Amino acid sequence: MTNTWGLRESATFDRAAIAEIRRAADTGVYDIRGWGAKRSVPHFDDLLFLGASMSRYPLEGYRERCDTDVALGTRGARYPLHLDVPVTIAGMSFGALSGAAKEALGRGASEVGTSTTTGDGGMTPEERGQSKHLVYQYLPSRYGMNPDDLRKADAVEVVLGQGAKPGGGGMLLGQKISERVAGMRTLPEGIDQRSASRHPDWTGPDDLTIKINELREITDHEKPIYVKVGASRTYYDTKLAVHAGADVVVVDGMQGGTAATQEVFIEHVGIPTLAAIPQAAQALQELGVHRAGEKGVQLIASGGIRTGADVAKVMALGADAVAIGTAALIALGDNDPAYAAEYEKIGSAAGCYDDFQDGCDPAGITTQDPELAARFDPVAGGARLANYLRVLTMEAQTIARACGKAHLRHLEPEDLVALTIESAAMARVPLAGTSWIPGS
Amino acid sequence: MDTLTATTFDLTTTPLRDVNAALHADGVSGEYVVTGPSGTHNIAVGVNAPVKITVDGHVGYYAAGMNQQAEIVISGNAGTGVAENMMSGTVVVAGNASQSAAATAHGGLLVVHGDAAARCGISMKGVDIVVGGDVGHNSAFMAQAGRLVVRGNAGDGLGDSIYEARLYVRGDVGALGADCVAKEMRPEHVEELAGLLKAAGYEDDPAEYTRYGSARRLYHFRAHNTY
Repeated sequence: MTNTWGLRESATFDRAAIAEIRRAADTGVYDIRGWGAKRSVPHFDDLLFLGASMSRYPLEGYRERCDTDVALGTRGARYPLHLDVPVTIAGMSFGALSGAAKEALGRGASEVGTSTTTGDGGMTPEERGQSKHLVYQYLPSRYGMNPDDLRKADAVEVVLGQGAKPGGGGMLLGQKISERVAGMRTLPEGIDQRSASRHPDWTGPDDLTIKINELREITDHEKPIYVKVGASRTYYDTKLAVHAGADVVVVDGMQGGTAATQEVFIEHVGIPTLAAIPQAAQALQELGVHRAGEKGVQLIASGGIRTGADVAKVMALGADAVAIGTAALIALGDNDPAYAAEYEKIGSAAGCYDDFQDGCDPAGITTQDPELAARFDPVAGGARLANYLRVLTMEAQTIARACGKAHLRHLEPEDLVALTIESAAMARVPLAGTSWIPGS
Repeated sequence: MDTLTATTFDLTTTPLRDVNAALHADGVSGEYVVTGPSGTHNIAVGVNAPVKITVDGHVGYYAAGMNQQAEIVISGNAGTGVAENMMSGTVVVAGNASQSAAATAHGGLLVVHGDAAARCGISMKGVDIVVGGDVGHNSAFMAQAGRLVVRGNAGDGLGDSIYEARLYVRGDVGALGADCVAKEMRPEHVEELAGLLKAAGYEDDPAEYTRYGSARRLYHFRAHNTY
């Protein structure tokens, strides 16, 4: 056996970097993949809660109430969304996902009383039919944009960007442009489809004000209007969104997922979710609309949420609700070790699979291949998602009770400390064991 | 329009919300006149009924946005995004239209008797557009389906990244956008163009027009397709 102890791998040119250089040299095309940022960035794991002790009084676990409901869109909509739990399902398109997967998201969300969201490509009957609360995305491409569906929606989300690719449009490669997907998007079947990166009929926050008013007029002021941004200049984006009339601001950090984007975009554009939430909360506070009752603008944050602890931390930093995408797909069965052999056949591994753009998903979720899609049972998938959502909620309640909170939204930055200087600076909470908040 | 039988809304005294709510009412029918628009945004948006609406003056952004079924006439100029995402019906602008006219529209007919500014027909998805004068730069950008007729000239970037829409231009084109090329006018195109011109009230000779469409070189992702 060769002794490798004297060999030293480069920290700069690590195995992933070398593999990418070789791949680029072989193909001449940049790498496209799904998922969100995979690099290590300051995240919720770098925060801890300060449980109750002498100066704080905890609530009894399992016994004393810790409510989880949230109202979204209270300031501008005749019919705000009232959700039982503050964990929503983020926008994912039919096209990126199979019809059955979209249906399962609706089933799971509805079972626990939360919302799901359409995506680029329009609204499917399966999704609308199985979703008690459905948010209709209004995207730059306007693929499948239809006023009849707008009226069927429970809320409208104007999408400016997403955390995986702030400033970038979408792409859906030809393998996934089936006859049905092509028909919904008014595109030729089988082409590699690009989605626009900016809206076709407005160009700035003043225009957005008029656009939001148009959407309100068309829907007779019934629906909450969300504005979703990829996390970058979050403080200013939030302020501008509120001034433009948004009822809800959605901030998606760089760990937020995508179905297909350039690897270089995913890993190098945008900021971590942890760094974005305090900026958004500050903007809302300065405008007097943060947790301000019916006159308030609600904040939804997403990007890398996995556990109830993450949910609790996001809410403690100032969000009213969270959105999950990647975690929801995993709950449905994406990256299931039961398909380990098949993942290996396509050059991946269960737990690593991110080639959502290829449409070869062994779990039958991120595909339009009828045979693969048939593997996925939307009823069973929906039940798994509902279980997962319940666990997230119960975990968050556990932490909230320990902090003495009778409602998840009572969690606050004062309940948190940070493990690293970076996370303390981003989250604007003290380094654990100190009163030091870097930069304050 | 028979103004004696039409219902009139005066926007100088009636809130826009009341006007649009009336036009959205169940079973709405007949003829309507909207006076005093003075550049108001979002007039007659989201109408979904076979009504006739005349707006007497200039309108702001998104007039007739997402129209379904209605015949809407704007006697003055129109701001950004007139008839955006229209699904069906007819919208006629007597004057000029600002940018993004009929953006993303899926169906129906938009006629602009004057000029249309930049991005006319951007991401159009099946609408027919006839412009009496010129269109600005990047018109029919990422145009997916439908027909755009320009009786005058077209600015730079016409049809950039176009999909399956068909463009007919009588005058000069500043510069064609990526993947947009001139194409042969076959008999079916002459017939199609003549029909569009007639629908808009024009009698031009289709032989004076050039057809443009997609070379379909950008339909598949390759390194040389990126910029």
